[in-house]
Amino acid sequence: MLRYIIRRILIMIPTLLVTSALIFTVMQLPPSDYFETYVAEMAAQGEKADLSRIEFLKREYGFDKPPIERYFLWIAGFVQGDFGYSFEYEMPVRDVVGERLGLTILVSFCTILMTWMVAFPIGIYSATHQYSWADYGLTFMGLIGIAIPHFLLALIFMYFANVWFGLSIGGLMDPVYFNEPMSWEKAKSILAHLWIPVLIIGAGGTGSMVRAIRANLLDELQKQYYVTAKAKGLPPGKALRKYPLRMSLNFFVSHIGDVLPTLVSGSELTAVVLSLQTVGPLLLRALQSQDMYLAGSFLLFLSCMTVVGVLISDIALAFLDPRIRLQGGSSK
Amino acid sequence: MLHGQMTEVVKGVSLRVSAGRTVALVGESGSGKTVISQSVMGLLPRNGVITSGSLVFSDPDKDGKSVDIAGLPRDGKKMRMLRGGRMGMVFQEPMSSLSPVHTIGNQIEEALQLHRPHPRKEARAVTEQMLGMVGFRDPQRSYDRYPFELSGGLRQRAMLAMALICHPALLIADEPTTALDVTIQAQVLKLMKELQREFGMAILLITHDLGVVANMADEVVVVYRGEVMEAGPVEDIFRRPGHPYLKALLKASPDFDMPPGERLVALRGVTSAPVVKPIRETTPKPLLSVRGLRKTYGGKKGGGVIAVDDVSFDVLKGQCLGLVGESGSGKSTVGNLIMRARSADAGSITFHDPAGPVDVLALEGAALKAFRPRLQMIFQDPVSSLSPRMTVLDIIREPLIIQGRGSEAEQKRRVVELMDCVGLDPRFLTRYPHSFSGGQRQRIGIARALALNPDLIICDEPVSALDVSVQAQILNLLKDLQSSLGLTYLFVSHNLAVVHYMAERIAVMARGRIVEIGPRDALFRHPAHPYTKCLLRAVPLPDLDRPLDFDIATSGGGASDPATWPAAFRGTARDRLEMIDLGGDHWVLADRGCTAHDVTAA
Repeated sequence: MLRYIIRRILIMIPTLLVTSALIFTVMQLPPSDYFETYVAEMAAQGEKADLSRIEFLKREYGFDKPPIERYFLWIAGFVQGDFGYSFEYEMPVRDVVGERLGLTILVSFCTILMTWMVAFPIGIYSATHQYSWADYGLTFMGLIGIAIPHFLLALIFMYFANVWFGLSIGGLMDPVYFNEPMSWEKAKSILAHLWIPVLIIGAGGTGSMVRAIRANLLDELQKQYYVTAKAKGLPPGKALRKYPLRMSLNFFVSHIGDVLPTLVSGSELTAVVLSLQTVGPLLLRALQSQDMYLAGSFLLFLSCMTVVGVLISDIALAFLDPRIRLQGGSSK
Repeated sequence: MLHGQMTEVVKGVSLRVSAGRTVALVGESGSGKTVISQSVMGLLPRNGVITSGSLVFSDPDKDGKSVDIAGLPRDGKKMRMLRGGRMGMVFQEPMSSLSPVHTIGNQIEEALQLHRPHPRKEARAVTEQMLGMVGFRDPQRSYDRYPFELSGGLRQRAMLAMALICHPALLIADEPTTALDVTIQAQVLKLMKELQREFGMAILLITHDLGVVANMADEVVVVYRGEVMEAGPVEDIFRRPGHPYLKALLKASPDFDMPPGERLVALRGVTSAPVVKPIRETTPKPLLSVRGLRKTYGGKKGGGVIAVDDVSFDVLKGQCLGLVGESGSGKSTVGNLIMRARSADAGSITFHDPAGPVDVLALEGAALKAFRPRLQMIFQDPVSSLSPRMTVLDIIREPLIIQGRGSEAEQKRRVVELMDCVGLDPRFLTRYPHSFSGGQRQRIGIARALALNPDLIICDEPVSALDVSVQAQILNLLKDLQSSLGLTYLFVSHNLAVVHYMAERIAVMARGRIVEIGPRDALFRHPAHPYTKCLLRAVPLPDLDRPLDFDIATSGGGASDPATWPAAFRGTARDRLEMIDLGGDHWVLADRGCTAHDVTAA
């Protein structure tokens, strides 16, 4: 088991290297770079850019060096916690991201928690009461959650909050607290704002998770071992929990890895609409302005989350399912 | 019920199981026998309702006080106490009836704790004792095993342990040995008999195998379409079958005494039999020669499993070679290697084309694609071998499309022709596989295999998923097709009776090697290898005068374990074994130093 975990961790290294190389290549692909875009923009506005400063920056960040060397400089910096320099904001990427990263993680974490807490009971109920009116109703609501895009839901929320309650529900906290040190007042403000984006971003995920849990559990309920459990005389609730539910968890656990990146990259538009202080809107802007270190670091950060998520789900699966634990490595 | 209409599946069935006796419930799939057992256990699916009748259970432990199970709430406390506590059940599929993520000890002990609670340590001891009783050799260690670490036979033993640990008054065994190899089947049946004697329990044995019935039952109840056709003591049923259905059932199963050329009588006639052409009497030449075939699975760092070990045989043109062996003997792998579905490690496969021999293993790319139509395959599972998302027309036409044979209209015409050929109505072409029965699906699979006019068809357990009566239809169809189209078969099966019916020559495989090969009659009348003998003796025959010898193969790790064979066949050093000629094209694997006389005497 330990060997399995170590092997899986070691495999992460080449995976991340390849991903980072891909990200770097994609960032390099457009014919221009940030400086050229900047100079052109300035020229269009009839102003003269400070060429000496640009020259300095170009040298400082090795734009005169070949791409391969720059890639390694970037990666080496990344490992040491230096994510590069954001040209647009004219400060290190780390400071640009600053608090936003923590907030993003907070929003994502709460969303995942809410999704699970809502989707599990509903999914189990729907599966065990298949074709009942409650099942139809809940499945239908889940479908609505999947079908409506997040940002649209956000707009609807904002509109009615304003019309009915005269509230502005944007942001993750009162703007005065942003980039202020954490305080009791600030925490309260965050909590007061948090639930709306969590609800909106989680709606779709909850819907699809209800469907997935229902479908998986329905499959498992047909299995012979469930009949065996009932034939032993187990009470229905216990039989359900010990056997089919446990088995349907496999699917669920194997998807933990996908949840994080989908949440972050899927909620950018919502974050823009609701003007959340998360990394989403920043990434969008960075991609538009070819602020390559900022964008690249975001993307690499997302890939790290994916890889770590997959690792967690793989390890959890191995713990959960003896077939994976004991038969690992056997091949056809 | 929310939608759909009620269908009566069991109509007025009455039967009685007395303490300490075995009643066999016989019928085909769909006859309602499983529904009967589910009603007794209160395990009917949600859309199943007992509309009328009673199920009276008299518990010998409570001085025969009776309860009507039909009147109890299905998941109520009273029913749950009976279920598992006083009535145990064993299911057909030992693979799927145990939870794959719990140890067998955990699953067995759970039943114990529900009905006869023990302190934790004692419970483990009782469970281990039960495991020992059902024949686990190392109960302490087996307790912590997961089902996937066990063979099918051991899994079924674990199921038995689970059903019996609370000492039930009634054991319901639903096809308990159908998924097992014959020698394992003999062991499990023997175990059931012994445990029955020990606990004095009643057994309701549900099966379609009349051989099992003849060897196990005291009384027999024959059901057909939810109604009892005939019931009585086993003597009456076998010696004086009254009902035509029962007579037909007895005739439909192949047995070893059938003279060559006799046809099985299918219960329901096959709609269209192809024209039978007389076979040209020429000395058959080999169509396919396999030499020294070898395949090892897994184990890059050594420790791989040798699935196929130095296998050599010829398939003669126009004949059927039967390949028999238990699960894990490597017989399916041989089929896959010939089909080039897997790559062989060593050996050669030669296809004798009139235009010259073809080295099958050396074919690559376009040559391989051009050769593929010559060999086709019929698969075991008619459900999973047909795509549920394709119509029958698409399924049968697919090989024609892949090989680019003819225009669309020609292909469709060919498909209609093939449907006729396998006895299916061409009007069904636009249907999907799910609307067909198992036998009909297997016909679709056969039509697909025939589409490209192959020379050789590999039949991998083509009837083992089918009922006896349907099995007879399919076997007859395969025979008719063989004679009318001049086909050659390699027939892979674990069922000796079926192979006896189909094949002219038979090869017996054990642990990846062919241990004996010869003409059918020689092999069945004078088997030389201990494994062949054991296999033959383990087949339960539907004949009361030839009861099964339950003592076979109960020692050691089963009949395929070389340790149980006489020294002459064991081969102390592996390479000392070689095929010994017994005359009449009958060969047996034995020590190099042996003569034919030694082998037959051993």
